[in-house]
Amino acid sequence: MSSFFAILIDGAIYASWLFLVAAGLTIIYGVMRVLNMAHGSFYAIGAYSAASLVGWYFSGEHGNPYWSFLLLIGCALVAGAIVGIIIEQGLLRFLHGRDEILMVIVTYALLLILEDVTKLVWGVDPYFAYQPYRLLGQTAVGGSLRFANYDLVLIAVSVLVGLAAWFVLNRTNKGRLLRAVIHDREIAVAMGVNVNAMFAATFAIGSVLGALAGALTAPAISVTPGIGVEVIVLAFAVVVVGGLGSIGGAAAGAILVGLSRSFAVHVAPEFELFVIYGVMFLVLAIRPQGLFGQTLARRI
Amino acid sequence: MQASPCLSRPSFRLSAIATALALAAGVSTSALAADNGKYRIGIVTFLSGAAAGPFGVPAANAAKLAVEALNAGKLPAPYGKKGINGIEIETVIIDEAGGATKQTEEFRNLVQRQKVDAVIGYISSGDCIAIAPAVEELGVPTIFFDCGTSKVFETVKNPKFLFRTGLDAVVDNVAAARYIAETRPNVKTVASIQQNYAWGQDSWNDFNLALKQIKPETKVVSEQWPKLGQGQYGAEISAISVSNPDLIHSSFWGGDMEALMLQGGARGLFDKSVAVLTAGETGIEHFKANVPNGTVLGGRGPFGVFAPKNALNDWFRPAFTAQFKEPPTYPAYKMVQAILGLKAAAEKTAKVGAMPTAENIVQGLAGLTFEAPSGTVHMSRSKGHQAVQSVSFGEYQFDAKTGKASVTKVKTYAGECLMPPDGSNPADWIKAGFPGAKCS
Repeated sequence: MSSFFAILIDGAIYASWLFLVAAGLTIIYGVMRVLNMAHGSFYAIGAYSAASLVGWYFSGEHGNPYWSFLLLIGCALVAGAIVGIIIEQGLLRFLHGRDEILMVIVTYALLLILEDVTKLVWGVDPYFAYQPYRLLGQTAVGGSLRFANYDLVLIAVSVLVGLAAWFVLNRTNKGRLLRAVIHDREIAVAMGVNVNAMFAATFAIGSVLGALAGALTAPAISVTPGIGVEVIVLAFAVVVVGGLGSIGGAAAGAILVGLSRSFAVHVAPEFELFVIYGVMFLVLAIRPQGLFGQTLARRI
Repeated sequence: MQASPCLSRPSFRLSAIATALALAAGVSTSALAADNGKYRIGIVTFLSGAAAGPFGVPAANAAKLAVEALNAGKLPAPYGKKGINGIEIETVIIDEAGGATKQTEEFRNLVQRQKVDAVIGYISSGDCIAIAPAVEELGVPTIFFDCGTSKVFETVKNPKFLFRTGLDAVVDNVAAARYIAETRPNVKTVASIQQNYAWGQDSWNDFNLALKQIKPETKVVSEQWPKLGQGQYGAEISAISVSNPDLIHSSFWGGDMEALMLQGGARGLFDKSVAVLTAGETGIEHFKANVPNGTVLGGRGPFGVFAPKNALNDWFRPAFTAQFKEPPTYPAYKMVQAILGLKAAAEKTAKVGAMPTAENIVQGLAGLTFEAPSGTVHMSRSKGHQAVQSVSFGEYQFDAKTGKASVTKVKTYAGECLMPPDGSNPADWIKAGFPGAKCS
């Protein structure tokens, strides 16, 4: 019985983390049609910023330790927004409308550059921001099974991010304009929508979400070079399973992948490596556009 | 918009020509450097990627420190002579990242274009196995300083130019099993969590076989195989928790090891189970209070906090700590060990003050016994090309008041007790009950 609960809870925790990582990637693709390989770098920058700031906060005479949670979120907002705006305004706005394959190559180059930038800024030594992870204590589920409350809170944060994205897209004027751009960029321009401003805002939001995922993960890991590259592969798997550009798809993909992986770890751990890509293979074999993706007619 | 590509063509040509010139200049500089009267060593270690922080950079730092000290003649006896045999040393340091195919090309570049006299390097077992045949083909003395695969001298059965001054992973895990049997006699159930690649799989196989041989009553209750660099171990920790093991064995290293201990500690995984981390010594400065006291750590030999007190260690540890603001861990010790082995071999066979030849190194290093900060090293296995040393394990202790970490209850096992005889398969040797092992 405890294994059953463990599979469910582990699956939910992993799915919430996957969704946080993938949300920004799918939003940027949905609006801009840019499959942003540099998303992993936003994650890494968020993690490094958080680890530096929280490490500094706890190294000196600090006040209430719970303020460190605000630091985590605050640094993700600032670091993600700054990096996102610089990249969009400094590079990507000159490439709007270019072929998607070209954009993959451009953002891959960005990923490599930002990997080296993080090494230049933070070096290769590990950074830690472990205090917030232990601060919330643990919850026992059954005899020997305990979960860090921080991980359980992450599920709530992930749900909040998903609901906020849905609300903005469906219940605000800006969201409606964004959906118009997603639906047909040319018509939106003809109707007077400032598409360039929409792109800049979308990219900044996407990079903030990437940085937020990194910042919220930092307390549970050792922040080391290369973490962004590991994450981007998983994020791609999730958004491809869910359907590129769909927030709901990213959520469904994250849940499917999270639960499948958790099941594999508990029942057949030797298949853990394979299971994420096995799920991706099965979904794409049945629905090549992903669970929530739409088949689009190609314009000639 | 059409004009810009045309306008850019001359500048493209210009930069192409400039690049070609720069490359040509690089080649000629290399050729000149090889004839500049210095002894040129290629150093290969991870400078990027996940292995850079825990292994590669400390090793590169140790190489810089040792070479500077050697060139200044500042090392204690028996290494007081400047450089190598009085010849100044210069190094070419390259990044080990990129995989075995790239590294094989880089090795050829080091030998054929950079004209190095010797190569010291390689942390990844995959790189070592790929490069071993090229070493013999190109005929340049090469010392593998760190990689742990036991297959190096299965790949090259009659080595001439290839040496390894560090130990393989078999000895780590046989020593870990012996340590657990002696210090935790009540252990009945064991769980495993390993990175799912050759290192993790071999480590677990060796430990599992050795423990079953020494303590046949032990039972494996969970085996977890997360991906290298995964970082998130929630499900694995749950799976191990519900299996209630007495012992958790892991060969995790670097950020993965630190993340596992952070996440497992916060979930009480180690309240009832003791962890044995065979590569744990590299994390000792980072663990702080996140790793419970009593966790069993290995240092892949008598390195780092396990290193003995001797004149060389009295020089190395404080000098490294002063220059790099952190005490040296085992990769740093192993790099210095390889450099000192090379120097000892050259000075044993080359004429005084003469540039050591490849033959000098090969003849001098095979079967050599030399001193290092970790103690005495015997090149006595694989026809004198593989080092034999002791291996230490101990328990982690963190003092919250001082913020200092240390190891206690240290036990050291002689290499002859842990290594299979030449020519025998490690798994068969363990299954046969360690025949020929000399344990005091």
